[in-house]
Amino acid sequence: MTKLRYERPVIKALNTGVTNKFGAQQGFIPHTHIDGVAVKDLIAEHGSPLFVISEKTLRDTYRKAKSAFSTRYPNVQFAWSYKTNYMNAVCNVFHQEGSWGEVVSRFEYEKALRNGVPGDKIIFNGPDKTTDDHRVAIANGSPIHIDHLDELYSLIELSDEMDKRPRVAIRINMDTGIQPMWDRFGFNYENGQAWDAINKIMHSKKLDLIGLHCHIGTYMLAAQAYGVAASKMADLALNIKKKFGHSIHYLDLGGGFASKNTLKGAYLSGSDVAPTFADYAEHISTALLNAGFEPDELPLLILETGRAMVDDAGYLLGSVLANKRLSDGRRATILDFGVNLMFTSFWYEHTISPAQECSQYAEDAVLYGPLCMNIDVIRENVKLPPLNKGDQVVVHRVGAYNMTQWMQFIALRPRIVMVDLDSKVHLVRDSEDLDYMMHLERVPEHLKSFEL
Amino acid sequence: MKKQQINIAVTGLNAVDSPGPGIAVIRGLKESKHFEARIIGLSYENLEPGIYMRDLVDKVYQIPYPSVGHETLLSRLEYIHRKEKIDVIIPNFDAELFSFIKLAPKLESMGIHSLLPTMEQFDARLKGKLNEYGDKHNILVPRSAVVFNIEELAQTLKTFDYPVMVKGKFYEAYKAFSYEQAQAYFHKISAKWGTPIVLQQFVQGQELNVTAIGDGKGKLIGAVPMRKTYITDTGKGWAGISLADESLVEMARHLVESTNWGGGLELELIKEDSTGDPYLIEINPRFPAWVYLAVGCGQNHPEALVRMAMGEKVDPFEDYDVGKMFIRYSYDMICDLKDFQQIAVTGEL
Amino acid sequence: MRLKKSIAISENGFVFNAARGDSFSTNPIGLFILEMIKAGKDTKVVQQEVTNKYAIDDSTAERDIHDFVKMLKQYDLLD
Repeated sequence: MTKLRYERPVIKALNTGVTNKFGAQQGFIPHTHIDGVAVKDLIAEHGSPLFVISEKTLRDTYRKAKSAFSTRYPNVQFAWSYKTNYMNAVCNVFHQEGSWGEVVSRFEYEKALRNGVPGDKIIFNGPDKTTDDHRVAIANGSPIHIDHLDELYSLIELSDEMDKRPRVAIRINMDTGIQPMWDRFGFNYENGQAWDAINKIMHSKKLDLIGLHCHIGTYMLAAQAYGVAASKMADLALNIKKKFGHSIHYLDLGGGFASKNTLKGAYLSGSDVAPTFADYAEHISTALLNAGFEPDELPLLILETGRAMVDDAGYLLGSVLANKRLSDGRRATILDFGVNLMFTSFWYEHTISPAQECSQYAEDAVLYGPLCMNIDVIRENVKLPPLNKGDQVVVHRVGAYNMTQWMQFIALRPRIVMVDLDSKVHLVRDSEDLDYMMHLERVPEHLKSFEL
Repeated sequence: MKKQQINIAVTGLNAVDSPGPGIAVIRGLKESKHFEARIIGLSYENLEPGIYMRDLVDKVYQIPYPSVGHETLLSRLEYIHRKEKIDVIIPNFDAELFSFIKLAPKLESMGIHSLLPTMEQFDARLKGKLNEYGDKHNILVPRSAVVFNIEELAQTLKTFDYPVMVKGKFYEAYKAFSYEQAQAYFHKISAKWGTPIVLQQFVQGQELNVTAIGDGKGKLIGAVPMRKTYITDTGKGWAGISLADESLVEMARHLVESTNWGGGLELELIKEDSTGDPYLIEINPRFPAWVYLAVGCGQNHPEALVRMAMGEKVDPFEDYDVGKMFIRYSYDMICDLKDFQQIAVTGEL
Repeated sequence: MRLKKSIAISENGFVFNAARGDSFSTNPIGLFILEMIKAGKDTKVVQQEVTNKYAIDDSTAERDIHDFVKMLKQYDLLD
């Protein structure tokens, strides 16, 4: 006689105020495969934990975004935000789809160059640019987005020194009716700083002002704020045309589109409240089309959306190390990945699915990571079927920021694989080992030996 | 002639001391002269009293909380629809409306009709946007501001005079007389309903309410104003009386006409003592728990909603009885553990 | 280890403590174990029966049953 499939025995109190699950028809759907590849095979081959990137989701998402904008506006260009995920394999998927690169440091800049992105298609953003960085960017003809006046003056000096006309845009911050207002980057629209800076650039005659840039926030649930931003940017561009007869080549609306992750403290699920690409596109293109540009002078619309483009494509697989009961009777499940690999668990309530057939009987649980640290909590409160030691789980929507902000702390970082369109699995970053970690370390001669 | 049977799914069966509107809505439906209502109650918890009111609720299903996301809700509704063939659905909680509005086209394609505000109307009446709303539609509203964290709370409160109302995104409101109190309420509300929290200048005056219904095309179908005559220590109206106040009906008409509001709504107003001006405090995008008073005054709003959702033409109510009162009471039902067991374990009763 | 006399167990996994008015739900394996405890079987036997019926190793079964029994105690279902 074959034995029945085992699941842990659970008993939970019913009664006042307790959410109960509603019958057996609706339950936890195990996430056993990613793009046709079994989770258990992936872990057997590459170890646990493991980041998995779906090439199909990357391309589908890009195409969805592209079509949302290009069906509404004639002239659209995406630029891949390197900081969101700079695995070369990920960047190159977007470059193959037609994205330029958008970088905020020399390190990212060099990475984009090495990936083969032409210099004039790498947008150099952010406050962190040295004179040497500027020199390289000017020589390569990269669009430099000016963040502050010091940078503006430094570029004017360099244009003399190098006898070149740097291609620049300026970053504008503004009130779009949403809080918090990001006014630490760029020049303010409302108080006239932005217009002053534009005048300085135009009067200097040394810089080629090709664009205007803004980035109004992050995880923006209010799509209409982009409409406000777009019309303020268009307004500036039209004033430049009027005063200097100079046409602005592009308006860069930045990124900040929300992904479908659920923010902590939010009552409704992220997949419900996050606007779609079409929502953002509708507000932005309506604002631009109605701004008053001559039809043949509509500026190129550049978008640097990172999170919404890549979050869905990333999964983190892991395994259950142990279970225990907390003093209040709640179950605590300890997983083999923690906040070291999932930085975003500080602000998201990530969806986590069992990777194998599971019970329909959910239990309240806390999910802990393996670090010997009190802050290492993946989910403070989640309803999950009971998991056994060794069971595997899939964390969803971890494509953005985790593979760039992960910490090498206590443990070594695991592998990252990409599942291609034919369900073939490719290693795109190997796991770290001791040699890799020690490679950069130097031990002074007198500390090389000891006796215990 | 036998009346047509319509299967109507209704939420808000929590007829407790701070009641959901479900049972009041169902009573209106059961008294319809136009159709025979078969009620499918949708509940979230095992002890919602409506689950056990077998004379009003013909069948009950548990549904998942809105915070789980609308995909889960949809698949549950699909299951219920397969068994019950729902004709019309009437959601009655603020917190679930977002999901139902989002699902409305999908439900319509399955043959489940509804009459709800659009996402745009729903968004616009969000508490944080009331100022904008008032400006746009020429209605007096107390000054309000939205805050996301304690720093903003402290900053923003400097611009207000105490007392200040501290309100949750969906529910709960407290009057704070000091920064310390406001801070305590901020934590209390945000722990339950998330952020943002809305701060609103307190207006001294008489509280008035209007229950109304719009056809979604700019026509006010009915409106009944009411003043609470007895308020419990938790601030809930326990008794009220219908009023003859044309200005309040006009405000409802103005709102419905200028927004093309579809479905039920409740206006909460305060008539300021010193000036007599009505301030709009809140728009609730659904029927209030006291909507049965409208039925008692001759305007069966729930019935009108179902008929419009089913595509019938409904003429606006011309009149209502003034001076009708509602007095709430509590009542101990005797229920069998078997029923509790069944709803708790199977999610159906 | 004995189940309180006041505990009623239904086939669908509903557990009711008539002395306190508490109710609980349990999964099929929890029900299986509860019924054995009710029949007076000791932990060793319960564990034996579980491993006979379900595909599970002894040590996991032991650990989980131990945990389950602890929950029963926490809920005041055992004498």
